[in-house]
Amino acid sequence: MSTTAEMPLTEQPVNIEIDGKTVKARKGEMIMQAADREGVYIPRFCYHEKLSVAANCRMCLIEAEKAPKPLPACATPVAEGMKIFTRSQRAMAAQRATMEFLLINHPLDCPICDQGGECELQDLAMGYGRDIARFSERKRVIRDENIGPLISTFMTRCIYCTRCVRFGMEIAGIQELGDTGRGEHSRIGTYVGRSVDHELSGNVIDICPVGALNSRPFKMHGRGWEMTRHETVSPHDCVGSNLYGHVLRGKLMRTVPRPNEAVNETWIADRDRFSYAGVYSADRLERPMLKQNGGWHEVDWETALAAAAKILRSVNGDAGMLASPGSTTEELYLLQKLARGLGIHSIDTRLRQADFRDDEFEPLFPWLGQSIEDLERLDTAFIIGSNLRKEVPLLAHRIRKAALRGAAVMFLNPRRYEFLFPLTAYRSADAYTLPAELAAVLKAAANTAGKPLPVHLKDFVQAQASQAEHEKIAAQLLQGKCQGILLGRLALSHPAYADLRMLAAALADVTGAKLGYISEGANSSGAWLAGAVPHRVSGGRKAALKGLDARAMFTEARKAYVLMGVEPELDCWDGAAALDALQKASVVAVTPFVTDTMKRYAAVLLPVCSFGETSGTYVNAEGRWQSFAGMAKPVGEARPGWKILRVLGNLCELEGFEFVSSEEVRAELKQTLADIAPDNRFKGTRILSAEPPARGFKRVAEIPLYSVDMLVRRSAPLQATHDADAAWVLLSPVDAGKLGITENARVALQHAGARITLPAKLDDSVQSGNVFLPAGIAATAGFAPLYAGVELERA
Amino acid sequence: MAETSSRTGLLSKNVRQVIDEAVKKYPEGRQRSAIFDALREVQHENKGYLTVELMDAVADYLRLEPIKVYEVATFYSMFETRPVGRHSISVCTNISCMLRGADDIVAYIEKKLGIKTGESTPDGRCYLKREEECLAACAGGPMMMIDHKYYENLTPEKVDKILEGLK
Repeated sequence: MSTTAEMPLTEQPVNIEIDGKTVKARKGEMIMQAADREGVYIPRFCYHEKLSVAANCRMCLIEAEKAPKPLPACATPVAEGMKIFTRSQRAMAAQRATMEFLLINHPLDCPICDQGGECELQDLAMGYGRDIARFSERKRVIRDENIGPLISTFMTRCIYCTRCVRFGMEIAGIQELGDTGRGEHSRIGTYVGRSVDHELSGNVIDICPVGALNSRPFKMHGRGWEMTRHETVSPHDCVGSNLYGHVLRGKLMRTVPRPNEAVNETWIADRDRFSYAGVYSADRLERPMLKQNGGWHEVDWETALAAAAKILRSVNGDAGMLASPGSTTEELYLLQKLARGLGIHSIDTRLRQADFRDDEFEPLFPWLGQSIEDLERLDTAFIIGSNLRKEVPLLAHRIRKAALRGAAVMFLNPRRYEFLFPLTAYRSADAYTLPAELAAVLKAAANTAGKPLPVHLKDFVQAQASQAEHEKIAAQLLQGKCQGILLGRLALSHPAYADLRMLAAALADVTGAKLGYISEGANSSGAWLAGAVPHRVSGGRKAALKGLDARAMFTEARKAYVLMGVEPELDCWDGAAALDALQKASVVAVTPFVTDTMKRYAAVLLPVCSFGETSGTYVNAEGRWQSFAGMAKPVGEARPGWKILRVLGNLCELEGFEFVSSEEVRAELKQTLADIAPDNRFKGTRILSAEPPARGFKRVAEIPLYSVDMLVRRSAPLQATHDADAAWVLLSPVDAGKLGITENARVALQHAGARITLPAKLDDSVQSGNVFLPAGIAATAGFAPLYAGVELERA
Repeated sequence: MAETSSRTGLLSKNVRQVIDEAVKKYPEGRQRSAIFDALREVQHENKGYLTVELMDAVADYLRLEPIKVYEVATFYSMFETRPVGRHSISVCTNISCMLRGADDIVAYIEKKLGIKTGESTPDGRCYLKREEECLAACAGGPMMMIDHKYYENLTPEKVDKILEGLK
């Protein structure tokens, strides 16, 4: 991709004339880029600003003075004194001729084509096409392939711009679609009829200029012009991708990217694109429900809210509140306000975290340490405990851009993951030794730099032996001028996360790197700022009374719980402990969906608005506040979370719950946030102590890409993808050999009296003694903590 | 070059050597350029055609996405991606040969073998390619190529003799 776009316009300008207007252009840039900046539209199909120039559609032919024939604007660099005519007779004749050729094989099926009304070919055919075809021969027809549950194909409509092919090669990093055959027999596809699996693959739907690649879940569901378009933000990861929601008669029909260079550029992950399908899942809770005499009854809102308030007021503060990190900031602010108003101090959103030893020293919020855009400017990145591609696909995309520019990207992970960019170092080690591994890197860095180790870490760090790989990572970090250290989700759930944080912070200090956190959900940052953590109130101020964290509030059972958007058996670090505690308590579940498990432990079910139905704000990992309005009609009697909490506040007779809009809630929170700035430097002085290793096989839990929260788990198209096929136990071939376990054989896993069986996958990347068992999926719901010792045998 | 998967096991020692040599001709990271050499050798060893499994093996060996290999294999007419007869017969039908009666030669071969262009004889002996562009032997037109060997100034009698000589 061209780097001239970043050159300031004042540097080496070239004077050119476009349609009689004299303009300045950057030396070396293409006519298309200059024209786009000047607002002169040149028709195009294959050109895309984020992709390399192919110049194969020929639609952008323009006339340039002294050039003997029309030139493609996308592939012709500007030159001093160049006079360009985009709409001269000659240019128009060339464009019209190109259009006629493109339409030779294109079917005239716009009335039944999903792209109709939002089709670049259709639009340009209006401007450049003839109304009568001169081509009376037969058109070629192409048989379609099934390329998976997300993208529908109708390749007869393809005009061979190859944007989708270039997307795979240049943006995704793996070419899944290609152009096979030649001439009239050439076709875009996979050739063997396999699925297209990359986590950003849905973007080819947007870049396809015709109706060849379309959204499969949206197929034949609506027309662009019937729907209203609303700005919103993706609720799934800490990027906070900007979206447009398209709504038809109150129903959310699809979500598409809303360009924002600073956040998601023009891309979104498939998770952001297709999760909307979960909103209308069959298990949507439509009316408030109350458990009475052992049975569930639908009741009106007044009755349900009164019952919930009664529970909350009757327990004298002996309650726990857990909310999904995908809740809005307004909901979280009100939830903590309600909790603290009732003397309940146990409130948390850090559902998958286990180690809270140092939380008083944690930063203001789990900050990325830099902006998302800054990630691609790193020259050295060291990422600890993260399968980044499958955790936050768009952050992996930024890191990939850095790597392609020559940045050294290094990982310390419990096993090998596939990254589609060059890696400088990859350290794979037993998950439970990650602190020791990190300490070995720190030791090497401190030695090389000649810097002292912090006193509280000294003994532990000195005890480690640095190997060549640790030294390589340390040396790279010291060499860099713009380095970042990031802690991912596998680190976050680690039983010694506090140690990892402390070591990473010390390593950042020694090497001058920025430390960043890749937080869970769309709004972990918002949760911290709103005070939805047990030790901090809103604005990051220390709580007068520290409550229990997400893990302790189950091990030390409460009398009552409020769950907001949480399925504890899938979302919590220790689902089994959670279910145990919930079973014995009075539970108010504020939830968009209802499950049988929920019906077993809950006393009151309050239907809350899902994605797209409520207004609110997410704060992403870089600390960017992004507010959005509700767009779709809530299903059934569901109500926005902030309204439910407001009324609960009123019913509990608490002060300060008179809000009439979510904007007012945000304004009140914002007042408490004056002059605070995030700072990831670690200030604690706790002595390090390695956790004792677990007994039996050491379970490590990955959260599959499409199992992270309630909504994605209910998106049928996402659940039909390869990434969702996660119900497997991964173990090392060595261990499998000892236990007589073969590929696909069923394996029984036991932990604390619970037993589950799953098929095995043997994987070289798994360390002997570790066993990878995903969480967030039905097969392992409420089984063991995310990191735990489990017994393993052939079933 | 290290093996990247068990699929590369389909490649013979000779093929690997040919690929390794080909890769050396291009700058590092441009091993995509070696696909052509690799496929030619693989096809040669596999009775004149390529299978998806073999193309996957080449892709794995070269550390490329398989689609990149499919693209090359399907673009060039010298690669066959379905089983064909042992002997590949291509009759040039470009202008010089055409003027010298190439079309009659094609018709004669079709009749003699009982197949149309693009088909193979049921006994798997002969494969008549759908079309062949100029093979740069215009002085000897009409001409044909069988298994990389040129036969020029063709007449029906000559064709009879040549075809009978094929095992």
